[in-house]
Amino acid sequence: MRRRILPGFGLSLGYALAYLGLIVLLPLAALAWKASGIGIGGMLHLLSSPRTLAALRLSFAGAMLAAVINAGFGLLVAWVLVRYRFPGRRLFDALVDLPFALPTAVAGIALTALYAPNGWLGRWLTSWGIQIAYAPPGVILAMVFVGFPFVVRTLQPVLASLDRDVEEAAESLGASHLQTFFRVILPVLVPTLLTGFALALARAVGEYGSVIFIAGNIPMRSEIAPLLIVEKLEEFDYAGAAALGMVMLLASFILLILISRLQRWSGRWAEQLQ
Amino acid sequence: MPPVAIETAMTLQLSHLSRRFTGIPALDDVSLAIAPGEFLALLGSSGSGKTTLLRILAGLDYPDAGTVQLDGRDFLAAEARERKVGLVFQHYALFRHLTVAENVAFGLRVRARKSRPSNADINRRVEQLLKRVQLDGYGRRYPAQLSGGQRQRVALARALAVEPSLLLLDEPFGALDAQVRVALRRWLRELHEELRLTTVFVTHDQEEALELADRIAVMNHGHIEQVGTPEVIYQQPATPFVCEFIGKMNKLAVTCADGRMSVGDWVLEGLPGNDRHAKVVAYVRPEHLSLGLPETRPGWTARLRHVYLAGSVAHLELHIPAIGQTLEADVGGEDVARLGLQVGTELRVAPRSAVVFALGESDARLPFEERWFWQAPDAVPPVPRATSVASIGEGRARAGRCS
Repeated sequence: MRRRILPGFGLSLGYALAYLGLIVLLPLAALAWKASGIGIGGMLHLLSSPRTLAALRLSFAGAMLAAVINAGFGLLVAWVLVRYRFPGRRLFDALVDLPFALPTAVAGIALTALYAPNGWLGRWLTSWGIQIAYAPPGVILAMVFVGFPFVVRTLQPVLASLDRDVEEAAESLGASHLQTFFRVILPVLVPTLLTGFALALARAVGEYGSVIFIAGNIPMRSEIAPLLIVEKLEEFDYAGAAALGMVMLLASFILLILISRLQRWSGRWAEQLQ
Repeated sequence: MPPVAIETAMTLQLSHLSRRFTGIPALDDVSLAIAPGEFLALLGSSGSGKTTLLRILAGLDYPDAGTVQLDGRDFLAAEARERKVGLVFQHYALFRHLTVAENVAFGLRVRARKSRPSNADINRRVEQLLKRVQLDGYGRRYPAQLSGGQRQRVALARALAVEPSLLLLDEPFGALDAQVRVALRRWLRELHEELRLTTVFVTHDQEEALELADRIAVMNHGHIEQVGTPEVIYQQPATPFVCEFIGKMNKLAVTCADGRMSVGDWVLEGLPGNDRHAKVVAYVRPEHLSLGLPETRPGWTARLRHVYLAGSVAHLELHIPAIGQTLEADVGGEDVARLGLQVGTELRVAPRSAVVFALGESDARLPFEERWFWQAPDAVPPVPRATSVASIGEGRARAGRCS
């Protein structure tokens, strides 16, 4: 066996796995056990219900869209914060974390107050025929809000560590500004961008507090899957709630695995020859 | 190396370039002509402005004042991407997400569709270049999988791919270990002899500059102290700074009295000694000290303190009580035994040749008032020069400015 510089590989690995099992896997196993109570028939019945399907679609498609928006604007914000020096930069930088710190219900209420048909912004938007609160766009808006810090915070250190030499080399080789960005800078950022994307996506899929205030929770239209789970709990349908939870968990897991595969492929250049 | 004709076409003419960074001058009225096909080294310590000068040529920085003209056209008006300049950085600056072949092809692939070669042409060109930098077969690897020397050769191939009219190298061997550096240096010299591409390279390593360059521009505090061939720079340093910067030098304070110049018992015969000059210093190279002098010759009595045998050369540390200084002398390794040199030996020593500067006191802007190349009258001249004493123009402000 190869000698390692720091000892304790076996011990630390054992602890790490035991901890992961206790904190993550045990509750999930309990969930699976609870979900098995409704049986195959019950599961099929649950999944074939149009209301469930609509809620799942809104949750996942909305979260996907929110994560894409966050990836784009998060990249822009991180770029501005890292590359430019302007008065108030530190304040701006601190503001990025606020969606983390705010209780999500407060965020939901604030967003609703803004975008409700009688809110400050909602009033104008309604007069143009755009409805945000109590409709799917409101759901996505809340998801964008809570997922925003992830992309910025994961990208910042990587952007800061980028070599300026490389951009100068690209320029002197004849690349335009756009070519330099898309051919030289962006490819190096993609693995990190995907990490931020995955975090923002996971957060948006699981988000409950802020979404339910602005969503209006109209079945088949603006109802998210976590809300459906809470409703089932309120009806004492624990097995049904657990089953729906399992479905969400599986879907999220598959998505995260796909993203991680994509990430490895996009970062293949960093692997050393053995 | 045949002398290059500065007047020919495609000469890069730098005139009165100045650049300040937050008030600190990085370049201070620099003028220089770079001949086509020339290999020019910008040599200086950090902060001497050499990299700033290179970046201005590359279009990555712009001077506050002054012009750069290529063949009479304004070179600074073109943006970096239009200059057709090949740029190689100290830390390679390779695109780490692209394979070696893609790195080399980059400059061709980013061209507008109508001027872009076909894929087959690009691939052929990349293959040729990789062969040229001795990396054929490495095209599919990523930079992370290469050694430092290999990465720098990829960077060079990438710069050559766009067929630049000017190659700029910024401390290209700075990040490499000593052995690779020497090998790559020789290889670069051969490549230059083959391609005859005008090359400007920045270095703080004088050995590198002396070995590689056709001409060296020694820079200090934002201006050029001297421009010349390595021989001239080494043998006829223009200023006290160049003396102290290039190679090893023993610095001696000269006394001017009774119509002659002397340092202790050593007399600089033939030089006018008068008290016109506030301060006179003589610089003597370690290899220009004669050891075991006969009693008839004026010189010092020295005690040998240390012998550092470094292969073919021995570095001697000689203490001279009469002037209270320890001088360094270089002799051939075999001479140590022949002369019976042992620590503690007493022997008579005198310089064979020296560079002497009369330093001005009143006007600090002038590096010196007068310069002489002194040689011992009876010594076999180590420098093939017609006269033993040469005096150059008096009071030259900032020697080495290229006109």
